[in-house]
Amino acid sequence: MEKLFTHLLENYEACVAVVLFVIGLCMLLFDRNLLKKVIGLDIMDTGTFLLLADRGYIAGRSVPIVTDGVTDMANYINPIPAGLVLTGIVVSVSVSALMLSLTVRIYKKYHTLDMDALYLMMSDRRKGGRV
Amino acid sequence: MMTIFRLILLTGLIVCAAATALTKKPMQAVIIYMAYSVIMSVVWIMLESPDLGITEAAVGAGITSLLLFLTLRRLNLIDRDEEHRKHEEESLREHAASHAGQKEEDGHA
Amino acid sequence: MRNEQGLFRHWLSGQVDWSAMLEQDTPAATTAAAEAVPYHPHHDMASARRAIRCGQRAYTVLAIVLCLIFSAFMLLTVANLPSYGSDSAPTVNEVAERYVEKGTEETGAVNTVAGMILDYRAFDTLGESFVLFTAMCAVTMLMNAPGKRRVRKLDYEVLDYYQDPIIRTVCKLVIPIILMFGIYILLNGHLSPGGGFSGGAIMASALIIYALVWGGERASRAIPAKALRIIVLCALGFYACSKTYSFFTGANHLHSIISPGTPGRILSAGLILPLNVAVGFVVCCTMYSFYMYFRRGEL
Repeated sequence: MEKLFTHLLENYEACVAVVLFVIGLCMLLFDRNLLKKVIGLDIMDTGTFLLLADRGYIAGRSVPIVTDGVTDMANYINPIPAGLVLTGIVVSVSVSALMLSLTVRIYKKYHTLDMDALYLMMSDRRKGGRV
Repeated sequence: MMTIFRLILLTGLIVCAAATALTKKPMQAVIIYMAYSVIMSVVWIMLESPDLGITEAAVGAGITSLLLFLTLRRLNLIDRDEEHRKHEEESLREHAASHAGQKEEDGHA
Repeated sequence: MRNEQGLFRHWLSGQVDWSAMLEQDTPAATTAAAEAVPYHPHHDMASARRAIRCGQRAYTVLAIVLCLIFSAFMLLTVANLPSYGSDSAPTVNEVAERYVEKGTEETGAVNTVAGMILDYRAFDTLGESFVLFTAMCAVTMLMNAPGKRRVRKLDYEVLDYYQDPIIRTVCKLVIPIILMFGIYILLNGHLSPGGGFSGGAIMASALIIYALVWGGERASRAIPAKALRIIVLCALGFYACSKTYSFFTGANHLHSIISPGTPGRILSAGLILPLNVAVGFVVCCTMYSFYMYFRRGEL
């Protein structure tokens, strides 16, 4: 148990990534505002990216840009997580743009961003059809 | 020295994320999210990935926050004062009350 | 017919199975006789309110439990990961070694990340460009309102920023510099950090400042919507065609006219420079059109 705990302290950056992920998840689950939910999803994204980039880091090595013709792996960090995260950042922007436009449409129709009010109005509408 | 700087940055990340989650006004949340993205880009420079740092500074702090601001502007949520919000809550409550009343009427019928 | 809250409570106590509910939701299940029956809630308002409160409490408890389980599992995983910054982690395997040691020789790119995402894993980046394009199409469909000024003008808002001499002069100075910085990052993607994504986003920010200060109408006259679409489609088509050629010749061991060139020169690295430009144009046009659709509902 103690060993696990010291290992957690060693991997403090991955722990921070986990904390960010959980904060984003809490925003998704508990916040009633749709806009805050979108921000929460973005924070979840960055938590995941932080974990990935943290796994690629190797202490004492430098950026994977070949300098002075030295192509030895012992000088450079792992380039694969950087490439993956680069892809992910741009995808997360397009996802949030899509969700924000959906939010604007929802606001135009129901004039609120509160989830509870939205549920109420939607159930109203459905029952209005049935009765 | 670098470890202390890194720890400060990571603490700032957690504080910014928690503040984004806890603020009530969407405008403040967006501004804090912008600060969060800037700290994130510095963290990526510290992790020896300047590609990610540049991309995050341009895309995360720039474009995403801009889109959030534009959404707020479209929904007219910028500097909404307390009175306005109270009014909206009242109208919401009225709506809920009328909903409940309708339900009871249905029940009696 | 059951009320929703009552149904939820029954579901919480395990009396309702989901399959029956799904069947209930299908339109075939609702017959004319069922529709003729008026809406009768089972219970009075007090019990309904209690059910709503109960449901909210159950949701909160379940969500907290979910968060705790998630964080416990992830912290357990982190505790079992190799330690931070170690060079013997399993992620530093022969793939990463190959990319670093042979990457410059095979692709001609000094920046290994650019060589990786635009040469070894170019189809990945092509798919990502199409994700951007799809998002642009979706935002167009959702936000398109041509001719209608739906955004209400706020009274505190100054809409003609370009009449302010300070803003006008600073923007005239700053916009070319930002644009040039973006083009620099775009063209040096294979030599230094940067590349298509960040360079495109910086160029887009210059265009966005122009549209912000000089107004949407003038910006859409200067950069017509048709030109944006043609640029995006040409960039995506060029990317797909050139990468198909390079993968075809590479897989069949044919002679390719694309050579890596001398690493370190600006005109080197074979296809990476034109592909960076293509990706940069796609990102730039997509971000700019996001802005325009969110701002005024048309390009």
